[in-house]
Amino acid sequence: MTRTIAALGVALIGTTAWAPSAPRATLAGSVTGTITFTGTPPKMKPIDMAKEPSCAKQHATPIETETVVTGPNNALQYVVVYVSAGDQGSETPTTPVHLEQKGCQYIPHVVVMHAGQSLEIANNDQTSHNIHPLPTKNPEWNKSQPPGSPPIVTKYDNPDFIPVKCNVHPWMHGYHIVLATSHFGLSGNDGTYTITGLPPGKYTLTAWHEKFGTMTQDVTVGAQPTKADFQFKATPY
Amino acid sequence: MRLVYISLLVSAVAASSATQAQPSIMGGAREDFRRYCAGCHGNAGDGQGENADWIDPKPRDFTLATFKCRSTPSGTLPTDDDLYNTVRRGLVNSNMPSWRPLADDQLHSLVEYIKTFSPRWKTEKPGTPITVPPEIPVTADDILAGRALFQKMECWKCHGPEGRGNGPSASTLTDSKDQPIKPFNFAASSRFKCGTTNQDLYKIFLTGLDGTPMPSFADNFHGDDAWHLVHFLRTLQQAESPEKVVWEQWASTHQGQLKPIGPDGGGQ
Repeated sequence: MTRTIAALGVALIGTTAWAPSAPRATLAGSVTGTITFTGTPPKMKPIDMAKEPSCAKQHATPIETETVVTGPNNALQYVVVYVSAGDQGSETPTTPVHLEQKGCQYIPHVVVMHAGQSLEIANNDQTSHNIHPLPTKNPEWNKSQPPGSPPIVTKYDNPDFIPVKCNVHPWMHGYHIVLATSHFGLSGNDGTYTITGLPPGKYTLTAWHEKFGTMTQDVTVGAQPTKADFQFKATPY
Repeated sequence: MRLVYISLLVSAVAASSATQAQPSIMGGAREDFRRYCAGCHGNAGDGQGENADWIDPKPRDFTLATFKCRSTPSGTLPTDDDLYNTVRRGLVNSNMPSWRPLADDQLHSLVEYIKTFSPRWKTEKPGTPITVPPEIPVTADDILAGRALFQKMECWKCHGPEGRGNGPSASTLTDSKDQPIKPFNFAASSRFKCGTTNQDLYKIFLTGLDGTPMPSFADNFHGDDAWHLVHFLRTLQQAESPEKVVWEQWASTHQGQLKPIGPDGGGQ
């Protein structure tokens, strides 16, 4: 009997090794959770766009910097939660990730992608932007994008947390998050995130925030949606 | 006792010459680097040499393999020739002098040595150099087209309406290491960061100066655009230039026909 089970086990392991993606989708579980903070987050500053009238007039009230964006009930937005250990491999999605420059702002402020995945950056403003990523594990580049030019299509080959800026408009700041997994979620203004398509198993999740750093948590994913909340310690400076 | 000393000495010398005598083209590059370069760039090539604190702009950090002066597209490694030319020419408005006094093979060896500081040189190849087409003749229309580009591409936002490096964004600029950096002042100098010729200037538009706020315009310039802009920029300098002659002649017969460059300007 034990021998049969062992043999079955071997056979199973063998199957998964040979056909890694197809059967898994049917077994996929998910992780959801809410990102919150304790303490006092820094006050975001209103952005003075007087030097760029074409952008200033797009905002009825001045927008604020987005380093720390909070929502109701101490929700924390723009936190990337991803599988940092236990992932049994994920393929690079063939669909591109989109980033827009509009009103002299990066939309979204944090854009998450798989290593090697196509990233399309559009300029929908009436002013020139330059896209200047400052990677540590990928080559640095800097390209100009005047109004009306086609999207810049690019990709990053290595996982990296990349600050991005526009030198012409110094308030424009964003992040390109490049992961080795396609199992990730990004928290919305209510702090919630969802990671889907995870086969049952044990994983380590990492939550990353540009100001408050990273936190990790081990989870066991089953057939039911798994819950994993994170609470960051906010500091005013 | 003396014998022991001597034999120790001999073995020490033998050991050190064994590590130095690598059969490579680098020859004495390590020694040259430590003698001529390390004071600013640091023994580890990380730009943290003992003089670095007192230098502005900061010495290049070779561990990042990000270089301003390239013939290759933004984000790619420069060619050996690009690095050789930079070391030989030096960089204006910085503390990097011209190293022409060194012999050619020393410079080539130093280039090889600089490439040991970043693993990128092992996994990546230099980008494909951009081609600079033959220069077009300087005419008033050509310079006007360049002026229109200076407006349209918003060069003036950093370089200023008159190219004096005083545009509205100029005071906020930082390089990739968060050090303040000034846009080039075209009125003050006719020697550019990556060379003195029109070809050198042409190249900068299409490669950008990686590590600085100056982006690449490779996706935005078409046809003779880059030549038009080169010729217009040559009219901004103090020193005489063929472009200035043509431009001043045109300007003398077209008084008041140009809107100044700036937020609403640029046209005729």
